[in-house]
Amino acid sequence: MSTQVIGGTGDTGADLPAPQGPVLEVRNLSVDFGVDKKWVPAAIDLNYEVRAGEVLAIVGESGSGKSASSMSLLGLLPSNSRVTGEVLLNGKSVLTMSAARLRQIRGNDVAVIFQEPMTALNPVYTVGFQIIETLRLHNEISPDEAKQRALRLLQMVELPDPDKAFRSYPHQLSGGQRQRAMIAQSLSCDPKLLIADEPTTALDVTVQAEILDLMRNLRTKLNSAIVLITHDMGVVADLADRIAVMRQGRIVETGTAEQIFRNPQHEYTKALLAAVPHLGQGAGDDDVDITAALAAATHTELQTVDPGELERRAHDVLAQLEEVEQEASHATPGAAPVLELIDVAIEYPKQGRVPAFRAVEDANLTVYPGQVIGLVGESGSGKTTIGRAAVGLLPVAAGSMKVVGTDISGFRPTSKELAKVRRHVGMVFQDPSSSLNPRLPIGESIGEPMYLAGEAKGGELQKRIEALLDQVELPRAYRNRYPHELSGGQKQRVGIARALSLKPKLMVADEPTSALDVSVQAKVLELFQNLQRELGFACLFVTHDLAVVDVLADYICVMQRGRIVEQGARDQILRNPQNPYTQRLLAAVPLPDPEKQRERRELRAKLLATTD
Amino acid sequence: MVWYIVRRVLQLVPVFLGATLLVYFLVFSLPGDATAAICGERGCTPAVVAGLREQYNLDQPFWIQYLLYLKGVLTFDLGVNFSGRPIATIIAEVFPTTAKLAIMALVIEAVFGIVFGLIAGLRKGRLFDSSVLVVSLIVIAVPIFVLGFLMQFLIGVKLQWTNPTVSGDATVTELLLPAVVLGLVSFAYVLRLTRTSVIENVNADYVRTATAKGLSRRRVVVVHVLRNSLIPVVTFLGADLGALMGGAIVTEGIFNVNGVGNTLYRAVLNGDGPMVVSIVTFLILIFCLANLLVDLLYAWLDPRIRYA
Repeated sequence: MSTQVIGGTGDTGADLPAPQGPVLEVRNLSVDFGVDKKWVPAAIDLNYEVRAGEVLAIVGESGSGKSASSMSLLGLLPSNSRVTGEVLLNGKSVLTMSAARLRQIRGNDVAVIFQEPMTALNPVYTVGFQIIETLRLHNEISPDEAKQRALRLLQMVELPDPDKAFRSYPHQLSGGQRQRAMIAQSLSCDPKLLIADEPTTALDVTVQAEILDLMRNLRTKLNSAIVLITHDMGVVADLADRIAVMRQGRIVETGTAEQIFRNPQHEYTKALLAAVPHLGQGAGDDDVDITAALAAATHTELQTVDPGELERRAHDVLAQLEEVEQEASHATPGAAPVLELIDVAIEYPKQGRVPAFRAVEDANLTVYPGQVIGLVGESGSGKTTIGRAAVGLLPVAAGSMKVVGTDISGFRPTSKELAKVRRHVGMVFQDPSSSLNPRLPIGESIGEPMYLAGEAKGGELQKRIEALLDQVELPRAYRNRYPHELSGGQKQRVGIARALSLKPKLMVADEPTSALDVSVQAKVLELFQNLQRELGFACLFVTHDLAVVDVLADYICVMQRGRIVEQGARDQILRNPQNPYTQRLLAAVPLPDPEKQRERRELRAKLLATTD
Repeated sequence: MVWYIVRRVLQLVPVFLGATLLVYFLVFSLPGDATAAICGERGCTPAVVAGLREQYNLDQPFWIQYLLYLKGVLTFDLGVNFSGRPIATIIAEVFPTTAKLAIMALVIEAVFGIVFGLIAGLRKGRLFDSSVLVVSLIVIAVPIFVLGFLMQFLIGVKLQWTNPTVSGDATVTELLLPAVVLGLVSFAYVLRLTRTSVIENVNADYVRTATAKGLSRRRVVVVHVLRNSLIPVVTFLGADLGALMGGAIVTEGIFNVNGVGNTLYRAVLNGDGPMVVSIVTFLILIFCLANLLVDLLYAWLDPRIRYA
């Protein structure tokens, strides 16, 4: 049996023999899928290797073949696939193995952490059952011993209450806890190779930071080789030793993390890095050194940074803040606000026996014409709730909510007065695929608000639709196409055009780019920014992604558990965050730069130590 | 959980009242004189008719009749039918046969439906899948009495594997053929439901996880795919149990099974109001209890559903 870290023998990886050959060698690996009786390549001629204790990140956008190629290592692809080439695990060929031998390797020598722990764990069995199942499959141990080991595993992945987690069903745990349980299950047999397929994509940024910490600790503890599949450059910078960049099925560039981030060679790598929204970089060229800002705001010293240098950097950050504030003091917003929330509470009305749920409490917020307000927070913080209430989709339970001068807090969702107010408000939804009617040509989707409002008809309507398509930079001929004929980014452009069709004074954008790839997201955000400047609408931009807010927003509003904990101008929040939650949130965002990310990580650890 | 069951049982009260009222009203509105059915072809003297009317409360207005009936039910006295036999005794006599038949049919349709559906789902698009789909389509499309007579003729008369009809004892072997016929249509539905559900679940992420753990194909299918796939199937089976307990009028008729369906059929023909209302009420209660059972089973299969 392999070295049992979990078995309690006290091994910590320090006394393991130095790694010899690579754990995983991939030679000329190609994956094809049979579609309509043709082979469509998903991965072409891949070559890479991973050594023990090393993290190889495979980076690419959706459709680049990064997931398919990694799943092929364990034969986890659907039956319409074909895998060729050679995969050597500790020198033994995996692809030619018998099914029985392959089963011995799965879960034992090679384990997988999947993207979405809610669906990757079986909903009808407890976490304990699922871990024990793996343990007893690969080890000859008694049920009692298996239970003890499973509990130790749950403890190792730092679940707050291992006993309770053991007895819980997946849906009873939070997203982060579920992913910890998933990791515990993967580690149950001390795998020599761990494949992590977008392990943090479904998680909030602070939870993501915790999971990344956990994985970093485990790597040193277990000394396994890790293949990390992700599209997030921040995650890569945080964890990876070496990086392989994939595009359209091919690896276009490989190198150490340092090489790739410092000196990317391939065009695509450069483009990918440029497209990553970088918290602190903002819209202009005034980079905000968030690490220094946080260090100054919390009076933290960092070991990795010289105190003098850190002080100088912090000084720069605050000096610029003064500059910005002086500028801002000249420009006072004179016009009446387009959205005004005073002590607003919003409830999801009770349904049957489920009591009403108060999602937002004591919210005060003012949006002036032409202003872009970024509403940030983690899932469940109530940010989307505010966005929906502003359009009248949720009733206001207390306080007053004024939209374009009208108090809508007393209106019923179907009232005529509300319909009038809605004309001035446009909304862009999160998932462009499901927010466009699949049976309407996109031209009709865009024109519908104008038609319903009685703004335009016939030829006039067609002209307006064409103008809107021009504005969102889609060809006019597209107006007869159906949503499924468009790409994700194009669909979201249609969503924006529809929201703009009535020339709204206020736009509510609910995570409009979170379903898009980074390079597409960058383009959509740029378009959005140009349109906003050109048309001058005010915008409530709801997002979980601080970097996106940083690019767009003039003003940032941070929410936690239904309350607004801090709000202020963008520079105020980024350069001098005061609320501990804001500080933690900022510190959790990984930087797409390994060196800076090390500083950030240390800072975050210190922040957490002081606030706990 | 206890409260949930109590609440569900309490919900039976309005269902019971509504159902009895409706059925009572329907029987009350039947054209013709109820006493004519009792007296038969020869007819009765007016004095006898008057006596019968009084005995069965037929001289009272509708509401009084209904309330008198309810009073009887609540005191566990279902009264007598038009032939003068206590209704409770009749139900106690015929129900065990129907229950036996229903449970046999349910077991047959569940076992074969789930097994065939599972195999078809795992081999989607292959020969087995296609043939099973065609067969199930035929079974669903052809009326039950055609299937019933056909199987009775082939197996009972031609091949003589069993008796073509069921005797008064209604032994398990005798009931086998009617049970197959009775379960045939539901078997086709269970099969299709299982197949769809398996196809959906076999590509689920947690099934891939189970495979990645190194579990054998058999364990992945039985432990991880099947249990999740059974959730919708159980709902169907539960509703079906209620329907089967209600007696299969056609099937029981074909095979001459002395069960609830046959008894109900005769009562309707005879215009035997008290009998019809009592049997239907009894069946409604059985149906509701079967549904409660399903809901509890459902919670056991799917821990995400919790009743409070």
